[in-house]
Parts: sequence; C-alpha cells; structure tokens
Amino acid sequence: MESIGVLMPIPMSSYLEQELEKRFNLLKLWTVPHKTQFIKDHSASIRAIVGNASAGADGELIAALPKLEIISSFSVGIDKVDLKTCKEKGIRVTNTPDVLTDDVADLAIGLTLAVLRRLCESERYVRSGQWKKGDYKLTTKFTGKTVGIIGLGRIGKAVAKRAEAFSCPIAYFSRTEKPDSKFKYYPTVVELAANCDVLVVACPLTEETRHIINRQVINALGPKGVLINIGRGPHVDEAELVSALVEGRLGGAGLDVYENEPEVPEVLFALENVVLLPHVGSGTVETRNAMADLVVGNLEAHFLKKPLLTPVA
Amino acid sequence: MAQDNDNHTESQLPQVLVLRQPGCWTMLESNYSHKFNFLKAWDSPLPQDQFLAGHAGSVQALLSSSIGPPITANILGMLPSLKVIVTTSAGLDHVDLPKCRERGVVVASAPKVHTHDVADLAVGLFLDVMRKISAGDRYVRDRLWASRGEFSLVSKIGGKRVGIVGLGNIGLEVAKKLEAFGCSILYNSRKEKPFVPYPFYSSICELAFNSDALIICCALTAETHHLINNKVLLALGRDGIIVNVGRGAIIDEKEMVQCLVKGEIGGAGLDVFENEPQVPKELFPLDNVVLSPHNGPCTPEYFMDLCELVAGNLAAFFSNRPLLSPALDK
Repeated sequence: MESIGVLMPIPMSSYLEQELEKRFNLLKLWTVPHKTQFIKDHSASIRAIVGNASAGADGELIAALPKLEIISSFSVGIDKVDLKTCKEKGIRVTNTPDVLTDDVADLAIGLTLAVLRRLCESERYVRSGQWKKGDYKLTTKFTGKTVGIIGLGRIGKAVAKRAEAFSCPIAYFSRTEKPDSKFKYYPTVVELAANCDVLVVACPLTEETRHIINRQVINALGPKGVLINIGRGPHVDEAELVSALVEGRLGGAGLDVYENEPEVPEVLFALENVVLLPHVGSGTVETRNAMADLVVGNLEAHFLKKPLLTPVA
Repeated sequence: MAQDNDNHTESQLPQVLVLRQPGCWTMLESNYSHKFNFLKAWDSPLPQDQFLAGHAGSVQALLSSSIGPPITANILGMLPSLKVIVTTSAGLDHVDLPKCRERGVVVASAPKVHTHDVADLAVGLFLDVMRKISAGDRYVRDRLWASRGEFSLVSKIGGKRVGIVGLGNIGLEVAKKLEAFGCSILYNSRKEKPFVPYPFYSSICELAFNSDALIICCALTAETHHLINNKVLLALGRDGIIVNVGRGAIIDEKEMVQCLVKGEIGGAGLDVFENEPQVPKELFPLDNVVLSPHNGPCTPEYFMDLCELVAGNLAAFFSNRPLLSPALDK
C-alpha cells in the first residue's frame, strides 16, 4: 500500500501523519510551495484525501484527482467535503463520529458554566488585583436553567445527559420530532430560543442549517439568554451575533467555532459576557488519537476491500 | 444620648446586631427592614468596641457572616443579652462555638442554600482547569490563534478518577454532576457514608494517590486545617489537579504554590485562599491555574433564598419557635 498516494492539505495531527506514513505515501500539501503544480504532478497516484474541519475537498480539488476513491475526514462534521460531487463520482466518504462526542459535550457545559458564572472574567478580576478593592458582582446560577438543544444527535444527547445532572429541563429542535425522546420538542428554532435560557448548537452544518441562528432567533433568546456554539461557525450569522452582544439584546455567548477561523471578531474581546475558545471541541490527546486511528482504519479497510468502519451515509 | 433616644422611639421592632455588611445585605435590608431593627455597627462613627459597649447591651440577636469579623469570646463578652447568632454561611469556623455553648447562645447557619451554586462552581473550575477554558479564552483574546496556530491538546475528562474531600451536601452534588461526565468518584470524609455508591478512603493520602483530581468540599475545622499538605499533594502527582471551594486554610497554601510552580502537581482551580483577598502572586503567570474571587455562592437566586432563611430564623427566634436551621454540634 506504500505506493498509494494520500493527500493531506493542512497539518492536523503528528500522530496521524506518523501512522499514515507507515502505510501510505503521505503527501503533505502544506509543505510544498506550488500547490496546484504539485497536485497535477501527483494526480495519477493520489487515491485518498485526509481532510478535517478546516480543509476538506471541494469540487475543484476532486476534479483535479481522477484516481480519487476515498475522502477520510479527521472530524465528524463534513461540511467542507463536496458530498454531491462525491456521490456522483462514487467517491466514498468517512468521518470520525462517537469518539469525540464526550469531549465536545464536556466543552459545551464547560462553556456554559464559564459564561453564566463569569469564570474567565472573574479570573481577570483576580489577576489584575481588583479583588483587593471589592468583591466581584453576582453571576447567574446554572442549576435548574432550561437548556435548548438544536440537533438531538449523538452530541446533542450527550449535552442533554450532562445538563440533566444539573436539574436542567431539556428542550430541543430537530428536523423531525424524536418519538422516543422524553424531552420537549419545539417545531421551530425561534420557539425553542424563546423558551430556553441556554441554547446549544449541536447539529451538522448543511445548506438548511447555515445561519440557523439568525437575528430572529437571537432576539427570541433575549437579553438573559446565552448561546453556546460547538457546531460550526456558519451555523450562526456572526455579524448579527456580534451586534446583539454589543447592544445587550443577547445575554451572553460561549463560542468554540467561528465563520472564518482563526479570525475572531475583535469587538467581542471587550465583552465580559463572552467566552471565546480556539476550536478545541475534540482537543484532547486521547480523542485526537482515537480519531486518527479511525481515519487510518477506514483507509486500510477501503484499500483492503473490507467494510468501512465509519462511512458517511 | 440623642442617638439612644432615636433608637428607642424609632422602632419597636426586634433588634438584630450586624457588625459588618454580609454579601446579601442590600437584599436583606430592602426586604426585611420592616420586620427587624438592624443595628448597623459599621454605620457608626464609633469604633466597634465602643459601639457595642454603648448600644448593644440589650441585643439578643446577632447576624454574622464569614466575611464579617470573627465572633470571638471577646465580642461575645460584650453582648451580655445575646441569645442567638444567625450566620449567612454554612461554615461556622468564624464563630467561637465552645463559648456559645457555654453561654447558652444558639446558632443558626445556612447549610443548603448555596449547595448548588458552590457545586456548580466546583464543576466549572474543574472543567476550566481540565479543558483550559480560561487559558484558551486568553489565547484568543491575545490574538495567538492566528499567529501561533492550534491551541495545546489536553487530557480527556471522561474516565478520570475524582476524589471528593468531604461528602456533605456540596460533595454529594459535585459527585452526582461529575458522574454525568463519565468520571469515577471516590471520597474521604470523617466517617464512611452508608448507602453511598462511591469507594471510601480513610486516608487522604491514599485518596490523593488514587485520584486524578481532588475536589475540596469539606468544612474548615481544627482537623481539616492544612489537611492538604505536601505529602498529599505529592501523592496526587504531576498530572493531578486540585479544586478548592471549601476554605483556603484546608490547603497548606505555601506548599501548594511551590508544587504548582515546580510542576509537582498538574494544576489547580481555586475559589478560596488562606488570606483573602490576597492571592499568592506566584500563581499569576501559571496557565494551569484558574483563580476565582470567592464566588461560590454568588447568584441572585442564592441571595434571595439566603435572605428568606436568615429572616425566617430570626422570626422563629423572636416568636419562640424552633430555629429553621439550627447548627448541629460538630
């Protein structure tokens, strides 16, 4: 299998690179100065792409690789892969579900507590010496608050499980109501937003869910509501979010993702009701290694003509 | 003298002495001034001793808090008519309990009002240290994501062993909440608790040795003072983290700071310190430490519940009914 060309557009995990290099001819696109020429030169041998949340495979790249058979994403979200074109050309796509569910759900609650209890801001308060002058102000209780979840898939359910331990009533919006769920269903995101205190985005990014958090939803969530985005930046109309936070129409936000990473709207830096993380949802050693094992496992399975481990439907 | 006359004619409401404003003061005063005549020692131009000597001779009730002056034998000695102390904290380490017992002064505390808020903060600090939330937020705000690239990886929370020191109301809530994150719970307490599904360790060192994180949820007493010493910290180890939402003095702060600076423990989330609001400045450059200004019970909901309980205890005392939350002998 050492002659099989596997293209990786950007660095994502040295462990993954190591494991791929043991088995395939790994082509690290970010190390070459003339990328388009490089792809042309290797188009006869590239049979696989390994992408992630930031860089996948668009129509143009797929068209440049006539021998492409499989795209194995180092992520669960595959919004950066042109699925339509893959389907047309019979190119298989795999992702890394389940292994990162817990980490992402843990972070959603961590962000919620950090925003409601002002952990980052009160940290700054102590470090700047202000505690000597007076007590920090009151913050907001989390236990018992209603948590609204957009997308009750693996991650959404894991968020619900953790929030329930804080006696939080759970409500959700999903494409269709889940008959075996005990949580309250709302048929629109606006209604969900109007009826919860903390709104968590946990659905995949598709054409339908782009900007699912718009001005209407933000206004419905309101000046005491908190938005937690652990999905994808484009789930949220970022400009609307920023103006709502600055104007006080939204109570707070905990963000792990942004429309144009690693750019983060700097006007948010001055706000104390916002917590900003650099896309660390699955950022633990154990999970990234497990994700890498899945990527390698899927590629091996494909080239050894065995069933794929985690194909995308 | 004129002031005395004012007090006498002003109000027939029962008198309650308050030496320093508790955290819930604004809410308490605005909601309950029509029921009690609060004697505000801090408002007087006189130093405290003189104020007590001149105005507190007939005072039967004292409202105290853990941030107010400790209720020492000396202060008790200046209050000959004192019969009840109502404190706004669950902790009683600031009250001379043996002296109270000797004098027949009953004490009411506020044991469960803040349970959820403090437990939530313990979990929040734990998640923050483990997943570097405050550090990550700083990384973004310092514009390092664009220049330095990906933030460092941390270790997964699921499967971590969390040792709870003190399995009271707060400890049990912390345990229940952390179980939902896939943590295994172990604990140390004065006595083993029957009907609790978690393994008990009678030795705090053994608990530390078998834990990835220690969460301090116990009261400060003579036995728990500096309970977490150098030996315990070394048993916790280089990857272990400690979270303290109890009282600063439960941990030997000097030793802990040294361990953190030398990397002998992996990190800390601290809401309390030995000498608040002083925080050892050696901690400031450390990215694996999260500092909180004693914010455990700090939400409006908590203050409302607290005021209700405090007023309820005072009302019960003045109408000869049993206190709502009498403090038990430790």
